[in-house]
Amino acid sequence: MKTSRRQFLQMSGGVIGASMLPFLKSVPANAAGNDVLVAVIGQTINSLDLHRTGTNRASYQVAINCYDRLVSFGTREVEGGGLAYDYSALEPELAESWEVSEDGLTITFKLKSDATFWDGSKVTAEDVKWSFDRSVSVGGFPTVQMKAGGLVRPDQFEAIDEETFVIKLDQPSKLTIPDLAVPIPFVINSRVALANATEDDPWAMEYLHQNPAGSGAYKVARWAPGEQLVYERNDAWVGGPLPAYKRVVLREVPSPSTRRALIERGDVQLSFDIPDKDASELASKVDVFSTPIDNCMHCLCPNSNFEPFQDPDVRKALAYAVPYEAIFKTAAYSQGLPLWGGDAQIDDIAWPRKSPYYTDLDKAREHLEKSAFAKGFEVPLSISLDLASWMEPTALLIQENLNSLGIKTEIEKIPGANWRTAALVEKRLPLHLENFGGWLNTPDYYFFWAYQHGHLFNSSNYMNQEIEDLVSATLHMPMDDPDYAPKIKRMFEIAFEDLPRIPLWQPSLNVAANGVTDYEFWFHRQLDIRPLKPA
Amino acid sequence: MNQSTPPTALDESVLSEAQSASNDTGFGAHLLYVLRANPVTLLAFVLFLLIVACALFGHALAPYDPLATSAGDALQPPSAQHWFGTDSVGRDVFSRVLVATRLDLSISIAAVALSFVIGSILGGIAGFWGGWLDSVLNRILDTIMAFPLFVLAMGIVAALGNTIENIIYATAIINIPFYARLVRAEVNIRRDAGFVRAARLAGNSKLRVLVIHIFPNALPPMMVQVSLNMGWAILNAAGLSFIGLGVRPPTPEWGIMVAEGANFIVSGEWWLAVFPGLWLMIAVFTFNLLGDGLRDMVDPRKRT
Amino acid sequence: MVTAITSRQCRAVLGRLAQTVPVLFGVVVISFLLTRALPGDPAAYFAGAAADADSIEQVRESLGLDKPLPQQFLIYLGDLARGDLGQSISTGQPVASDLASRLPASLELTLMALLLSCCLSIPLGVMAAMRPGSAIDHLCRVVVTAGVSLPTFFTGILLIYIFYYLLGIAPSPLGRLDFIYLEPDRITGFYLIDAAIARDWETWTGALKQLILPAITLALFTLAPIARMTRAAMLTALSSDFIRTARAAGLTERKVLFVYAFRNALLPVVTTLGMVFSFTLGANVLVEKVFAWPGIGSYAVEALVVSDYAAVQGFVLAMAVLFVLLNLCIDLLYTAIDPRIGFDAQ
Repeated sequence: MKTSRRQFLQMSGGVIGASMLPFLKSVPANAAGNDVLVAVIGQTINSLDLHRTGTNRASYQVAINCYDRLVSFGTREVEGGGLAYDYSALEPELAESWEVSEDGLTITFKLKSDATFWDGSKVTAEDVKWSFDRSVSVGGFPTVQMKAGGLVRPDQFEAIDEETFVIKLDQPSKLTIPDLAVPIPFVINSRVALANATEDDPWAMEYLHQNPAGSGAYKVARWAPGEQLVYERNDAWVGGPLPAYKRVVLREVPSPSTRRALIERGDVQLSFDIPDKDASELASKVDVFSTPIDNCMHCLCPNSNFEPFQDPDVRKALAYAVPYEAIFKTAAYSQGLPLWGGDAQIDDIAWPRKSPYYTDLDKAREHLEKSAFAKGFEVPLSISLDLASWMEPTALLIQENLNSLGIKTEIEKIPGANWRTAALVEKRLPLHLENFGGWLNTPDYYFFWAYQHGHLFNSSNYMNQEIEDLVSATLHMPMDDPDYAPKIKRMFEIAFEDLPRIPLWQPSLNVAANGVTDYEFWFHRQLDIRPLKPA
Repeated sequence: MNQSTPPTALDESVLSEAQSASNDTGFGAHLLYVLRANPVTLLAFVLFLLIVACALFGHALAPYDPLATSAGDALQPPSAQHWFGTDSVGRDVFSRVLVATRLDLSISIAAVALSFVIGSILGGIAGFWGGWLDSVLNRILDTIMAFPLFVLAMGIVAALGNTIENIIYATAIINIPFYARLVRAEVNIRRDAGFVRAARLAGNSKLRVLVIHIFPNALPPMMVQVSLNMGWAILNAAGLSFIGLGVRPPTPEWGIMVAEGANFIVSGEWWLAVFPGLWLMIAVFTFNLLGDGLRDMVDPRKRT
Repeated sequence: MVTAITSRQCRAVLGRLAQTVPVLFGVVVISFLLTRALPGDPAAYFAGAAADADSIEQVRESLGLDKPLPQQFLIYLGDLARGDLGQSISTGQPVASDLASRLPASLELTLMALLLSCCLSIPLGVMAAMRPGSAIDHLCRVVVTAGVSLPTFFTGILLIYIFYYLLGIAPSPLGRLDFIYLEPDRITGFYLIDAAIARDWETWTGALKQLILPAITLALFTLAPIARMTRAAMLTALSSDFIRTARAAGLTERKVLFVYAFRNALLPVVTTLGMVFSFTLGANVLVEKVFAWPGIGSYAVEALVVSDYAAVQGFVLAMAVLFVLLNLCIDLLYTAIDPRIGFDAQ
């Protein structure tokens, strides 16, 4: 991706024309013009190929901005301002239309006939098949995510003709089509990829890692991991309305205070994923979009492998001991939504929802005294180093209240590499904080990952046969099925009674904008630069 | 831990040397002379006593419980109630700064004492005996020093776990080569000097000559090193905290407080980082000035 | 006579080089063991957000982490012998190319900082030593001590806050070059040199502007060791007998000071400078983080936190090679400055 200075200038001259002016020297950044957007993020983009092993979260945005999927979600207005994706409205991206067979087992997609890749070649059903084959074959996260939509084998995908693509399912599932709108099943230019594939590397992982080959709204003009990524608009994009910005410079700035200074001074137009504290304080100076993250909650997890937590009264004592209000104020700076003090009666299937618990140390003591651990016990309270910004104040406040019950905790900070192993894979942390969020926005999907035994985000080692059955029954069931709502409500009841996860609050994703509008929140929590417009 | 500090160890050797060098000038008189002649050193001694007092009595003097949170009082600016303001979970910064003194002093003193002793022994042996012993020790020291030191410290703490002991060990290990090399260089220059031959001829054993006659000559530059390292040890712990590998919360420690507070500067809550930072700076300041003062006392030539 | 000495020195240098082999081997072994001792499982970390046990196992296999340690070490040695430092998992690039692109950034920053620091601290140290106990001496002590007494990340953020956020004098702390400039054609990787070669003075100024704040931050931190060592060494030199003899012989004060005293004081100063250089190169990690400087320090920290073995090992090895070369230079300087120290003794 290294471009020499001269090439770069030529390129900007050719592609951008008049907008090359801002790139001449000594033009102040904030006057960079309406064609160029400068945004900052805190993380490093480490690959341009989402299917590759080791691709980190920040890199997902390349799949979103540079590639197309068959379908996408629509847009809705968020309460309190701003835009967000609309899980209930599926919209075409590369597909022009699609049809589901009567039995729900065959989905037929018709591709847009004018869709082309960056090199000018037509997007064909064969490309879609190759890309889907790739995502179910390479293993790791892509394959797992595809499986969630019932897509597991290459023989499920078929290219009927140039513009007709068919998916065959083993069982009908409400998750299949939404799962095609997540970043994973993006469509790659298979001719370019195959030309660069080798015997050892049939899926061209090495090539696509550095050189994206897609049909998306933006191309990558240059990429320097740890420094910046420069996007350049693809004027021939047919996946949606043509984006407003011709060029987007994404700078990687690890220090949050530097990012804050940059956005406040207007040297950058957008700062993605800012801390809750900045979100609450910057709202008066710049535009802050703070969107509660769907299907996500921060929670306190007592692990049932640890003896005291096998006692339901101990878990309830914890739930009554947590200083929810104080945590929400000091750790979240009141960004997001409270998840405590709800009704005991469950009338709807909204998730995440307020638990019936609230801070009441007397009740907590009552429960603890009923248990076999009336005198308290000692337990480490584990938090992740990477997430210390919210976990540490939360842990401190919980520690203090537990201490007054006689439960002595020691806060243990675990580095990033170890956190996943300890918390999620080995599930050996007795008491810890956790924050799973499901991409697909249905309660059963959350329960599948976080409450079913042995599943990755069930870090509490929770096991309840009724939950197992309910999740299996509801996971693929359409949401308008008359059985669906009662089963989901029953799941909620059990979850709040058994408390393997004590909900704290629903976090929000915060974005500060200074001169940019139409930011849209997405479930994947990455920056979609396509809808952005100059203010 | 306070008993085996390098300054104390030094004072003894200084004392013995002073007695052997010039019998009519007592150490106390010399101390007074140096302090009178150098007001900055006097200031350093006063500050040092103050810091030691904070370390000893900080827990009793703190107006608030340094661990007690109070969500309602979060991020209060300095006031009559909270002299240094409160932090993001409402803890009193002044109490935390005061209480942290003991821990920070312990970490730096323990780490520096460890590396001083080990480094001196290794450097003395290598410089005096030379030969294969010197070569082997040199290679080992080179290997340690060839590591980027801060990253080595990070690696050690990350691998062993972030406890106070491991922070001390990591800090000590990365400082050993500095002492060893200094001692080795000084000893190497002097091992064939006239006064060493004279001492040998007078029937002193090699070890005695090394310890009594040669080693004290390495002390002046070592003192400069010690004084700097006391500060570095604290700063090193602070750096580890900045990366997230420091002392465990909620234990108050200056480095962690500065590191966490640094994120609040741009948003206007300067007191979170500035007060612990100033306190830390005063401590490092004191060690440095003290080192200079000690050097004046140790240097036998300056005394005549 | 002259040739004899040269060939002897040549042999000595070769011998010295041979001595670095065990050091480098030691570094390779220790860094290998250290990374393997890190807690955590890179396979689990890199398998991604929703990977299950199977996919983690697949990742482990593809990383070669399922093999026993000795075998992993042999594979690593074999790769090293072929000049392959492996692939960094966190940046997704070959470690060698990562280091090659990032090392100049760190070196440029460190050298600039040391240059700034030396310009200030050596004169300060000499002045302080000439009049020990004077106001200048005290001022020098206070200034340099203040510099070293603050954590670098704190100084950095403070400088950004004052000069960028409040006053708006400094450019935005966005790495090596503001995005309105284009990076100069890569020849050395040092922006200042590359821009100078290209005679692109606007970019040169732009790069210098970005460099100033982080360099000051680092320089403040390195003032103290250099100034103090200069002062201490000058004091020792000035109070020694040969200076008294030189003065008694009627040499000018200037000559006494710079030819005799300073030359003798150089030995410990050079040692300190070498130590400070390697220390700073390793310690500018924190400054790099604050200023979004794309150097190897920030690279190493990121790699260490996620247990990115290849990147950590590659970084350590690169630093070790640098350090060994630096040490060799210092040793050569030693013999040049103080002939009493022989190469053979080492």
